[in-house]
Amino acid sequence: MAVPVAFFALFFAYPVTAIVGRGLKAGGDWQFGRIGEVLGRPDILDVLWFTTWQALASTALTLLIALPGAYVFARFDFPGKQVLRAVVTVPFVLPTVVVGTAFLALLGRGGLLDELWGVRLDTTVWAILLAHVFFNYAVVVRTVGGLWSQLDPRQEEAARVLGAGRFAAFRRVTLPALAPAVAAAALMVFLFTFTSFGVVQILGGPAYSTLEVEIYRQTAQLLDLPTAAVLTLVQFAAVGGILAVHAATVRRRERALRLVDPAQTSRRPRGAGQWALLGGVLLTALLLILLPLGVLVERSFDGPGGYGFGYYEALQSVGAGGSSTFLVPPLEAVGNSLRYALVATLIALVIGGLAAAALTRRAGRLVRGFDALLMLPLGVSAVTVGFGFLITLDKPPLDLRTSWILVPLAQALVGVPFVVRTMLPVLRAVDDRLREAAAVLGASPLRAWREVDLPLVRRAVLVAAGFAFAVSLGEFGATVFIARPDTPTLPVAVARLLGRSGELNYGQAMALSTILMLVCAVSLLLLERIRTDRSGEF
Amino acid sequence: MNTTTKYAATALAAALGVTVLAGCGSDDGSAGSGASKGSGSKTVTLVSHDSFNVSDKVLKAFTKETGYTVRTLKSGDAGAALNQEILTKGSPRGDVFFGVDNTLLSRALDNGLFTAYEAKGLDRVAPDTQTDEKHRVTPVDTGDICVNYDKKYFADKKLAPPKTFADLLKPAYKNLLVTENAASSSPGLGFLLGTIAAEGEDGYEAYWKKLKANGVKVVDGWEQAYNEEFSGSAGGRKAKADRPLVVSYASSPPVEVLYADPQPKEAPTGVATGTCFRQTEYAGLLTGAKNEAGGKALLDFLISKTFQEDMPLNMFVNPVVEDAELPELFTEHGEKVDTPPTVTPEKIAANREQWIQSWQSLVLK
Repeated sequence: MAVPVAFFALFFAYPVTAIVGRGLKAGGDWQFGRIGEVLGRPDILDVLWFTTWQALASTALTLLIALPGAYVFARFDFPGKQVLRAVVTVPFVLPTVVVGTAFLALLGRGGLLDELWGVRLDTTVWAILLAHVFFNYAVVVRTVGGLWSQLDPRQEEAARVLGAGRFAAFRRVTLPALAPAVAAAALMVFLFTFTSFGVVQILGGPAYSTLEVEIYRQTAQLLDLPTAAVLTLVQFAAVGGILAVHAATVRRRERALRLVDPAQTSRRPRGAGQWALLGGVLLTALLLILLPLGVLVERSFDGPGGYGFGYYEALQSVGAGGSSTFLVPPLEAVGNSLRYALVATLIALVIGGLAAAALTRRAGRLVRGFDALLMLPLGVSAVTVGFGFLITLDKPPLDLRTSWILVPLAQALVGVPFVVRTMLPVLRAVDDRLREAAAVLGASPLRAWREVDLPLVRRAVLVAAGFAFAVSLGEFGATVFIARPDTPTLPVAVARLLGRSGELNYGQAMALSTILMLVCAVSLLLLERIRTDRSGEF
Repeated sequence: MNTTTKYAATALAAALGVTVLAGCGSDDGSAGSGASKGSGSKTVTLVSHDSFNVSDKVLKAFTKETGYTVRTLKSGDAGAALNQEILTKGSPRGDVFFGVDNTLLSRALDNGLFTAYEAKGLDRVAPDTQTDEKHRVTPVDTGDICVNYDKKYFADKKLAPPKTFADLLKPAYKNLLVTENAASSSPGLGFLLGTIAAEGEDGYEAYWKKLKANGVKVVDGWEQAYNEEFSGSAGGRKAKADRPLVVSYASSPPVEVLYADPQPKEAPTGVATGTCFRQTEYAGLLTGAKNEAGGKALLDFLISKTFQEDMPLNMFVNPVVEDAELPELFTEHGEKVDTPPTVTPEKIAANREQWIQSWQSLVLK
C-alpha cells in the first residue's frame, strides 16, 4: 500500500495540487471567489452542459453496440477470433489526430456515407459519438467479455433446468455476476468521453468544446491559470462523484464468483439466432472499426505513382534534401515507443498490482477512498499533469523535467487504473476459503498466494498488462510535452509529420499510423496467445 | 499480506532495474546527446516548439567551432512552449529559448523571461526585425501567414485567384476559404491580426461580418484546414477537399514541391500576397540559465550565416540576416511578399484577448 500511495502522491497529487494552487492563489491568499466567477460565465456553462450530455450519450451508445460484442467474444468460438479481438483493441491506442483523419474520410464530404446516401456527419455531434464508440468498443468487450468468458455457463443452465426462462435465467444468474464488470466498463467509457480531447477538437470543429479542451486552451494557449484551475476542480469534482457512485454499486454487487477456464465456456454458435447474432456483431465491427482503419492503410499505400511502398521506404531515411522533421529516421520511433511502453507497463503493473492486492485484503473508508483516487488520473487533463510536473519536479534530486523517465512515468499514471480495474474484480472474486484451506494445509502465505491467487489472476494480469502497454503506446497528451526530439514516440512522430505540408510528410504520417496499428495489433495478439497457452494450467 | 508486499517489492526492484537498462538503451541510441550528458557545462540546452529543426551537420559545425554540444527540448506548439517557460521562470529547463514571435513577445518580456545579451553579428540583421532595444531577444527568422490557393481549381474555373483581403469578400470567392480558429491556432491568430492591420481596429469587425457572409469556414487547427479542407494540398486531394483557399504560410508552396516524389516542375499552390501577416521569431537567453556562456555562443550561432542558410529548408521560414542566401527552391517556387502592414507587439499585448473574444462571438457563434 505504501508504494502506490507514495507513487501517486509524488507523481500525481503533488503536481496537480501545485498547478491548481498556482491558479487559485494571488499573493499567498486563496481566491475561492474565482470559482463562482468562472462558473457564472455562460460560455463555461455551455461547455459543462455539452461535456456531460455527449458523455452520457456516448456511453449509452457504446454499451448498446459493444455488449453484444462482449457476449459473442465470450461465448462463441469462430475462426479468427483472436485476431479480431486484438484488432478491435487497436483504435483504443491510436492517437486521435490519426483517427480524426480516418473518420473525416468516412463521414465527411466525399466520404463513403456522402457518396452512398449523401449524408455528411462531420462537425455534427454524431461524428463525435461514433468516434467515441470506435475508441471505446474494446473497453467493453475486454472488461465485460473477459469476466463473462470465465463465468460458468452451467449456473445459468441449472437455473433453466429448474424452470427459469432464458431471459429470467440471464437476469437472475448472469447479469448480477456481470454487473460489476458492466459498471466498470461504463465508468471507463464515461470517463474517457467526459474528458475527450482530440476527437471533439477535430470532428466537432471549434463549435464544440469539452471541459478538457477548454482546460487545454486556458492553460497552454492563454495561460489563464485561474480559469484553468477552476475548470480542473470542476472536472475533479465530477469525476470524483462518478467514482464514488460507482464504488458504492460495485461493492454492493461484488461477491465470490465461480470462475472457470474460458476455453470451456465458448463453443461454436448453434441455430439461426446465434449465427445471426454473430453475423451482426462481425458486421458492426467491420463497419465501425475495420473500415476507418482500412482507410488509413489505403492512404499509406496510395502514393503519387499509384499504390506502393514509397512512403514506407521514406520512413527509413532522415529526410529529403538533408532536412528533417526529426534528427533520426521516423522509423526509429517504433523502437522508442516500444521501450517507453515496456517500462511504463512494468511500472503500472507493479504499482497497480500492489494497489489491487491491498484493496482486496483491506476494507474501510480510507482504503475505499484510495480506490477512487487511483482512478483520478484518467479524469484529469494531461496538460494539467504535464504543467504540474514542470513546476514541481524541478529541483534535484527530482529534477525530472528533462529526463526520459518522465515519459514512462506519465504513461504509467494512465496505465495503473487499467491494471487496478482489471485485477480487482477477479481478485475480489477469489474465494477466501481457498486461501484459508491452503493455510490450514500448511502453506505459507507466499505459497498460498502462488498456488491460489496467482493461477486465478494470471489471466487478469496479462489482460491488464496488455491494456497498460497499449495505452502507453498510444499516449500522446503528456508525452508530447516531454518526449525529446531525438527519441520521439510513434504518436508524437505522426503528429509532427501531420503538422507539415507536403505529400511525403502526409504519406509518411499515414504509413507510421499503419505501423503503430500493426505494432499494437501484434502486441495484443501475442498476449492473446500467451493467455491461451497458459490457460491449460488451471 | 506482508509476504505479498515483499514479493511485490522485489518485483518493483526488478522493474526499476529494467527501467535503468532501458534508459541506457535509449540514451545510447540518441547520437551525441548521451555521450555529452556527463560533462555538464559542455552541453547547451535549447528549448523550443515542435517546429524547430536543424540539420545535423550544422549542429556538428557548432560543436566543432565552440566545443559545446546542443541538446534540444521541444514542447508543444509555439504558445504552449512559451507558457511552459513562463511557468518555470527562474528555474528553466534549458539555457536558450527559441520560438517566441511578435504576437506573444510582450508576454515573454513582461514576465522577465530573458537576460539581455547583444549577440555578435546583430549588425547584419534586418533592422525592422530588431524590435527590442534592450536586446533581451534576438530576431532569428521571419515568416508570412498568407492565404494559399489551389492553382488547378482556379485554372479549371478560368477564375483569377484573389490577391488582397478585399478580394476575399467578392462573390466569386464565396464558400471557398477555410481558416483556423484564432483562439487556438497561430496562423488563425495571424490572419485575424492581418485583417486588423489592413482594415484597422475599427474596421476589422465589419470585415469579418462580410467574410462570414461570404462563407468562410473555420476549423480548429492548421492540420485540419490544410490537410483535410484545402483542395490544393497532398492530403486535401486525397480527402477530396473542396476549399481552394486556405490560411497557411507563404512558404507552403515550396514545401509542397520539396516533399513530393517526384518533385513537380511547378508548385500546385500559390500565395495571395496581399493577405499576409508577418511573424518574426525571436530567441533569448533564459534568466537563470545554468550554462550562460554556452547560451550566448548559441545565440551568436543562431544568427550566423551557417544556421541562417540552413533554416529555410528545415523550418520553412526566411532568414533575418541580410547576406544569407535563400535556397533555390524558395526563390523558384515561393512568392516574394513585400513587408505587409503590421500591428506592434505592444498593441497586440494590450488587445489580444479582447480581439479574440470579439472574433469568437462574431464568427463562431
